[in-house]
Amino acid sequence: MVTRVARKVAGLVATLLATSFVIFGAAYAAPGDPVTFLAGGKENLTPEYLAAIRAQYHLDDPFLVQYLRWLGDAVTGDLGRSLKYNDQVGDLLTARVPTTLGLVAYAAVLFVVFGVALGVLAAVRGGRTDAAVVAGTTFATSVPPFVAATALISLFGVQLGWFPVGGGGSLWHLTLPAITLALGALAIISRVTRQAMVEQRELDHVTVARASGLSERLIVVRHVFRGALGPIVTMCGLVTAGLLAGTVTVESAFQLSGVGTLLVGAINTHDFPVTQAVLLLMVTAYIAVTTLVELVQPLIDPRARSRS
Amino acid sequence: MLLEIRNLTIEAGGNRPILRDVALSVARGEVVGLVGESGSGKSTIARAVLRLLPQNAAARGQVLVEGQDVLSLDDGGLRSLRAATVSMIYQDPRSSLNPVRRIGDFLTERMVHTLGRGRKEARGRALELLAAVGMRDPELRMRQYPHELSGGMLQRVVIAAALAADPALLLADEATSALDVTTQAETLALLRGVQAERELGMLFITHDLHLAAAYCDRIYVLYAGTVVESRPASALFADPRHPYTAGLLACTPELGDPRPIKPIPGRPPSLDDAFAGCPFAPRCAHAVAACASSPPPSVAVEGGSAACHLIKEEAPAC
Repeated sequence: MVTRVARKVAGLVATLLATSFVIFGAAYAAPGDPVTFLAGGKENLTPEYLAAIRAQYHLDDPFLVQYLRWLGDAVTGDLGRSLKYNDQVGDLLTARVPTTLGLVAYAAVLFVVFGVALGVLAAVRGGRTDAAVVAGTTFATSVPPFVAATALISLFGVQLGWFPVGGGGSLWHLTLPAITLALGALAIISRVTRQAMVEQRELDHVTVARASGLSERLIVVRHVFRGALGPIVTMCGLVTAGLLAGTVTVESAFQLSGVGTLLVGAINTHDFPVTQAVLLLMVTAYIAVTTLVELVQPLIDPRARSRS
Repeated sequence: MLLEIRNLTIEAGGNRPILRDVALSVARGEVVGLVGESGSGKSTIARAVLRLLPQNAAARGQVLVEGQDVLSLDDGGLRSLRAATVSMIYQDPRSSLNPVRRIGDFLTERMVHTLGRGRKEARGRALELLAAVGMRDPELRMRQYPHELSGGMLQRVVIAAALAADPALLLADEATSALDVTTQAETLALLRGVQAERELGMLFITHDLHLAAAYCDRIYVLYAGTVVESRPASALFADPRHPYTAGLLACTPELGDPRPIKPIPGRPPSLDDAFAGCPFAPRCAHAVAACASSPPPSVAVEGGSAACHLIKEEAPAC
């Protein structure tokens, strides 16, 4: 058990190191020299002044030295200073992470509840219900998020006035953005649920349960859904992890100041410390969610317990 | 009669019915063998007794369990029949159990969820049953998962679960075919033991005619969905009357018997093969012109009946 956990942690650290290197390298190789932004106006672009800035920001060090310095600071919690806002990157993130996390969590609750419910409905009822669920969720997913956002804003925000049209701060504000985000995941979750349940339903032990006189409802709950839980949980986890890095459109559409908008702004202004920190945060969140999913699997399937 | 099947015909889309005009009966305390090649409709008969037929299947005739027609029962009646009167044991014990639930869950599920007994009572009963089927350390087994047990142990668990509701009729569908020889022998002995002790009726389905002849009181031989011969096991074994039965017996080599092994030529018919006459005629060495044109009537022979044009009606033996 101890070695298993140790191996797991070592793997996570290695993954994070590798991604941090890639992220840092990508920012380094990106076109555009941050010095020109740091210098300010055109009148400042004298060789002496540029050299001074390079020295101040350690931009003239070799790549590896820069990387290691950044990594060392990041490990101790110092993510650097934003070139644009001149604030600590850590502070910028702390201000914006709660909004994005709240948004993703809200959306996750929505698509898990409705996606799984629709999938179960499609599997159990079959026929027309199945076709309606497939058509409806496919439609919901194929609508681009900015279109869905606009439609939701104009209907529920402007015409009916049930929800605020933008800004963050409360669950109330996050409802329309979370719905927009969840719509994109509905089709895949309901389809995976339906497929896993249909596969489980064909298994012999389900027939055995039916032959022992169990009611259909109990067969679905105790055997079919229980057996389908593994793939459903995995898929929900992966989709949630994906959403963490995909909130940009929704955040811009609803003027939420979350991590997504921060990232886009940082990329546009060549604000490397912020870009690197946000990307690293997204990767970390993704790894955390997928690891959690992996850790939950043995609880769902006892066979996974003895294998590992 | 505990189980009586009359004129059962089941169609499911093929060129011929899966079962045609099957008549079969099992009395209390009797072990009845049902023998045939794969695809002959053996399992369909067992499934019909529990009305576990495919969605597209249409059944005609009667399947009477303790006088009730299973085919016309309402949902509640069907559930209580499945829960309390008839139990089925399947070929592969490993696929009969839900892999993510404990053995204890499997054993108590029927008692708790369909018969409405208390959990504690069901647990006590499950422990008794595990001990009765010869499982050591039943407390531990209750907590284990199916993948932690061997095939032989799992088949014992399945048998214990089948006995949970004190059924009157056991359907054993190739219950020992997937087990190795020693486990098979143990399981057969165990089944016979509980059957005799509880005076259960048992329908023992197998493809092994020799096993059936040694194990059962009476035997039905099934070919392409029709019963071709039904007689007491000893009579059938000593003097098979239908050419198919004789062919099945001649398929197995015997020690100290120099006769050559004679496989039956050809393949068992599929659901796409339709027959105007006797379904076995294309593979039968003794076929005459009449065999291909009209279905053979069932003729009374010593102890039972056989369906073959070549058999002349006999006076019942006194």
